[in-house]
This record gives sequence, C-alpha cells and structure tokens, in this order.
Amino acid sequence: MRLYIDNAKCTGCRACLVACSLNLFQESNPKKAALLLIPHFPAPGVYEMKVCTQCGDCARVCPTEAIKLNERGAYYVDHDECDLCEACVPECPEEVMFVRAELANHAWKCDLCGDCVLVCGTDALWIAE
Amino acid sequence: MNGYGGNILRVDLSTGKITRQPTPADMAKNYLGGRGFGAYFLFTEVPAKADPLGLENKLIISSGPLSGLMVPGAGKCDFTTKSPLTGGYASASLGGHFTAEMKYAGIDSLILEGISPKPVYLFIDDEQVELRDASAMWGKGAITLEKELKEQFGEEFQIAVIGPGGENGVAFAHINHDFGRQAGRGGVGTVMGAKKVKAIVLRGTKQIPVADVQLYRESSMALFKACKEADMLKEWQRYGTTIVTSWCDEVGALPTRNFSAGSFEDGKTLYGPVMREQIVITDKGCFGCPSPCGKYSKVGRYKSHVEGPEYETIGMLGSNLGISDIQDVAQANLLCDELGIDTISTGSVIGWAMECYEKGILTKEDTGGLELKFGNVPATFTLIEKIARREGLGKLLSQGVKKAAQQVGKGSEKFAIHVKGMEQSAYATHYATAMLLAYMTCDVGAHHNRAWAITYDLQVGRERVAEDKVARVIWLQNFRPMFDVLGACRLQWVELGIDRNLYVPVLEAITGVHRTWEDLEKIGERIWNLNRLYWKREIEDFDRSWDLPSPRFYQEPPKTGVTAGKITNYEDVQTLLDMYYEQRGWSHEGLPTNDTLARLDLAALAN
Repeated sequence: MRLYIDNAKCTGCRACLVACSLNLFQESNPKKAALLLIPHFPAPGVYEMKVCTQCGDCARVCPTEAIKLNERGAYYVDHDECDLCEACVPECPEEVMFVRAELANHAWKCDLCGDCVLVCGTDALWIAE
Repeated sequence: MNGYGGNILRVDLSTGKITRQPTPADMAKNYLGGRGFGAYFLFTEVPAKADPLGLENKLIISSGPLSGLMVPGAGKCDFTTKSPLTGGYASASLGGHFTAEMKYAGIDSLILEGISPKPVYLFIDDEQVELRDASAMWGKGAITLEKELKEQFGEEFQIAVIGPGGENGVAFAHINHDFGRQAGRGGVGTVMGAKKVKAIVLRGTKQIPVADVQLYRESSMALFKACKEADMLKEWQRYGTTIVTSWCDEVGALPTRNFSAGSFEDGKTLYGPVMREQIVITDKGCFGCPSPCGKYSKVGRYKSHVEGPEYETIGMLGSNLGISDIQDVAQANLLCDELGIDTISTGSVIGWAMECYEKGILTKEDTGGLELKFGNVPATFTLIEKIARREGLGKLLSQGVKKAAQQVGKGSEKFAIHVKGMEQSAYATHYATAMLLAYMTCDVGAHHNRAWAITYDLQVGRERVAEDKVARVIWLQNFRPMFDVLGACRLQWVELGIDRNLYVPVLEAITGVHRTWEDLEKIGERIWNLNRLYWKREIEDFDRSWDLPSPRFYQEPPKTGVTAGKITNYEDVQTLLDMYYEQRGWSHEGLPTNDTLARLDLAALAN
C-alpha cells in the first residue's frame, strides 16, 4: 500500500500537511509534514504535490537501520535510532524524506497513517496498492 | 496561551523600533482574536480624529485562535485600520496562507505604526524581524513583486504586497497575497502605502500550543468529515462564488450598469459554467479549505493568468459596466490585482463615471478623450490604469465614489452607490429589504459579508418590512463576523451548510475554554457596538443619515429585468432603521444606549 496524488485535483490548501504534522509530531505545522507541496504561480498556475511511494530506498541506505516497516507495510523512522546523518535524503526520488535539525531531532517520512486523505476535500490523495 | 501565537509584534516604522509583548489574556477573553483584536487596538490606541494616512494611524494585522490549525479554512486574516476611504472603521479579510504563517511565527497581531522615512519591506523569520530597504521594489506590480520575492526567499515564506495604487494613495488600494487573494476593502493597502511598507515577507516554524491535542484532532476531523459529506461540496468546488452569478441575474440582484437594474440582458456569458469552461484551469484553496472558492484562470485572449474572477468582481467589473465577456472581466481583474486596487470599488467608480458620461455630466474633455460608455472594454482598462496612477479622470475616481460625486455634483450624488463612503458590493438592493438594511448598517460601509441576508428576503417576501427581517440581519451581523474573529472561513457554514455546533468542541479543545455560539455571538455584538462607537468618535456629525443607502434604491425602480418597477420606498427605509436601532438597543440617532454598553461590558471603554 502507498499514498497516491492527483495533482490536477490539488488546490494547494495544505490541509494534508497540517494533518500529517499533527499525526507525526502532535503539532500543527506544515513544515513538519511528510508531503511536499510545490505551487507554480502565477504561471502555469498549477500545484505539484510529491508523496512517498514507499519504495524503501531510504531504508536501504540508512546506516543505523532506523527506517523500518510498520504494521501497515509502510516505512517509518524509529526516532531513537536516527542520528540525523541525512544519508536517506538524497536517496529519495520524490524529495519527501526530511531531515531538518532546526525543526526535529530525527528524520521523518510518510508512515501511511492516512490522515492526509481524511482531510483532503477534493479527494486528490488516496491510498492503494 | 492555548490557541494563540502568544505575541503582539509592533513595528514602529518611524524609528525602526521593533517590540514584542505577550498577547493580553483579558483581550483574548473579551475579543478572542482576528477582527476583535483589530477593533480593540484601533479604538484604544489610535487617537481620535487621526489622519488615516498620517503618523498616528496604525495597520493592525491579526490572526485568530483557529488560524493555522487543522480546521477547515483556518486562514482568515484581519486587516484593521482607520479608513482613508470612509474616515471610519475599516476591516478587510484576507484568505490564503498568510495568517497561518503569522501564528507559526508566534504572532497574534502585527501592528504597523508610524511612517517609514523611505520605502521598506518587513522581513520576519520566526524571531528575526527586520525592516529592509524596498527602494528597488517601489512602483512594481503586486503579482510581479510577489513572484520575485518567492524566488528570492523560497516557497516557505508567505508574502503580502501592495501595488502602485497603494503607493500612490488610491483610497481603495488593497493588499495582495498568494497571487490573487486580497485584503480588499476600505483602503488597507492605502494605509500600508502611506507607511511606505511595500511588502511583508513572513515565515514561522513554531508550534501553536493546544489545550487537548487528542480532542482537537478528533473534533477537527469531524468538521472535515461534515464538509466532505456535504451535498453542496462538489458544485461549490467546481464553481466557487461564481455559483451565484446566474442566481443573482435571475432574482434581479446582479448589479447592472451602475446598479440601475438587477438583471443583465447579456448576463449569461458571465455565468459560472461559461467561465469554468472557457478559462478556469485550477481550483485554488486558502489554508485548510476543503471547498475552494479560488478559481485560477488562463485567459486565452490576453495570454494571461489570474485568480478569479470571483462573483463580486464579475458583478462590479462585468455587468455593472455593461461588459458581458468573461475574458474581458478576468483581464480587468488582473489589472486591478497587479496595480493593487479593490475590484469592487473600482467597478463602482467606473460605473458611476460611465453613467456621468452617458448623461453628459462628464465629457470627453473630462475623460481624456475616452468614449466612456457602458460596455467599452478598452476604456475600462485604460481607466483602471489611470485610477491606480491617479492621472486625469483617474485622480478624481481614486478618492472613491462619494467624494468624486461630491466634487462633480450635478445630481451625480444620487447615483453614487455607497454607504458611509464605501462603494456597495455586488448585490442590487432595490427589492430586497433585509439585504438593503444589511448594507445600510454594515460596520465598514456597504459590504455584503457581515450579513448576506438576500436569501432570507427571497424566503420570506422581498418587499416585507418586518421585525423578523431586522432580527435576521442583526443575528447575521453578530454571528458571521465571528468567523473573522476566530480566523477561519465562514463559507463552510454558509455554503456547505455544516452544523456550526461542530466548531464548539474544536474551539474548546484548542483554547481550553468552553464557549457556546451564544457566548461567541455576545463577543460579536460587543465588537459591533465598539465599532459603532468608533464611527461616532471619528465623525462629528455621525447620525442616522450615515446609515441611508444610495437614493437609487428608494427613488429609481429598475426599468428592466425581473425587478422592473420594484423599489423600497423612503418611509420603509426609515422604518427599517427604527426597527434596527430598537432591536440593537441604540438611540434614535443610531448610537448604543448606556444600558446596551453596560450589558456588553463596554461602558468603561466608551468613557
């Protein structure tokens, strides 16, 4: 299972980013979300959203083996074992592996909680095989 | 303090001094946030009779306790100031993502004071707050500059900018954000320009404290679920506010040729489905919004991109000017956005000027050679530019329709469509007494969003002058602005029809304070009455005559359309006011009585 996005339906509202940060960090902060929104304005006037495909490239390069599979079959970051080395970041083909030491003392990524899907008003996001 | 950024950030532009103070708990209790904070600061800090463009006026930018949190549409930002358009209270609401960013930077209200000696922009990155030189930005278009600033600082920064209209002192200049959302009305951009602030560039990364995270998540999810299950969701997502264009045309509320009628014979080409098919490419949402009004358009004829047009702009720059092509309206919208002037007021002053021209009150000598007839698209584009530059006829119009008509005279005051000096937004009110009263008594002048009562007129009888209509207007005026106080959008309630009681546990989970809608409406009533006191304080001769609508709505029944021959007579206008004052607990001249002030805990402030 993984998260999918239909960019044509994305309205750039960031509800998904807030819901994501609330689940990952118990706080409301779009900068601590595991989805990446790239607005293209004023032209061509479209939104681009990047989401984790659960490809596992991040887990394969993690030297401390901090990125593990959860019960949903998604890769997540074990906070205690992450040392912020950033090896995972350049490996991510979708740019949704995040290390920002000023914001959190561990890396973060999508663990497929599904809260972004629940708040997306246009059904731009969904979870499927 | 749970639900709040925690700080009031003051920037003294005259001295460059920047200070933070903790957000006062008492103010949060009595005024809650957003528009409430704005009204309180304006009343208590800006000296009586201050010059709107002078040193003493302040621009107060406020978020609310829901802003930036996981709540539908929690991106409503309030801009309050003393209006250079009306001389009274101004409060404009901005959507988009700016106010969420304020909260993440720990700011509940940002107060711009004094006047900078040179053009500056305000840079805020969490604790880092600086005034920076904006000499090279002065004169740039609002959309153009926002793009440049995004490229310079990155997507995480949210940006508010003024265009040339705000720099040049157009009385209805706006503040632009997110490539097409505006704090539009009352000249808030004019005040920012007078202070020599070209832009605010803002980023925050902090946590907003919440009283009960689990309850907050659960109750907010229930709100989103209700929105997603609403019957109206799909249609609203597709058309946004342009849903009402056809409805207004059909019921005779679509402003046509300077509000001389309420139906436009060529209106069909302005309707939502036509616009959707011809130009809309992307649905564009404000912060956390499941039902985006924003329709982003690619305008083929002009090879341009613009957010909108939304309904108000379609009415004012379309049918009100006799313009029937949606691409022309979209381009006029873009010109206003880039030049930094409010589309509603701009449409109104141009509509008035066109009528003056057609009646021979203005001639080609006055218009600089423009054949200023209704429907003239190139003349409209030229005049928009001239207004923003304050050149030729544009200089007259840049003062707003009330002052322009006072100067020109010759009976043109009778078709200057405004209340208190603010141009009426896009609902023709010849034959809709509740909506007429809503415009007459709105706290900023003739704006629709405090009490959109026109649907009630159609439900209970449009011509009726009755206590229930007045009560409805008052209830809407107390209740609807509370969304601007809370910092979230009202349209999930208005348009999707979700149960407003779903907000009660959300607000409690966030702030830790239980408040019913009854409690919230009392705060709304307190703010409404405080603003009424403000008008009286600022304007010596303020009395019930300031609540009268344009004579067009009680003297000139439309000659065409579904409201042809229909009008509210003058006696009924006065009766509506009498009923309104009585129900509000106000005097015959429309001022809160001592009992009313005491009931709303305003007695101390009033004295």
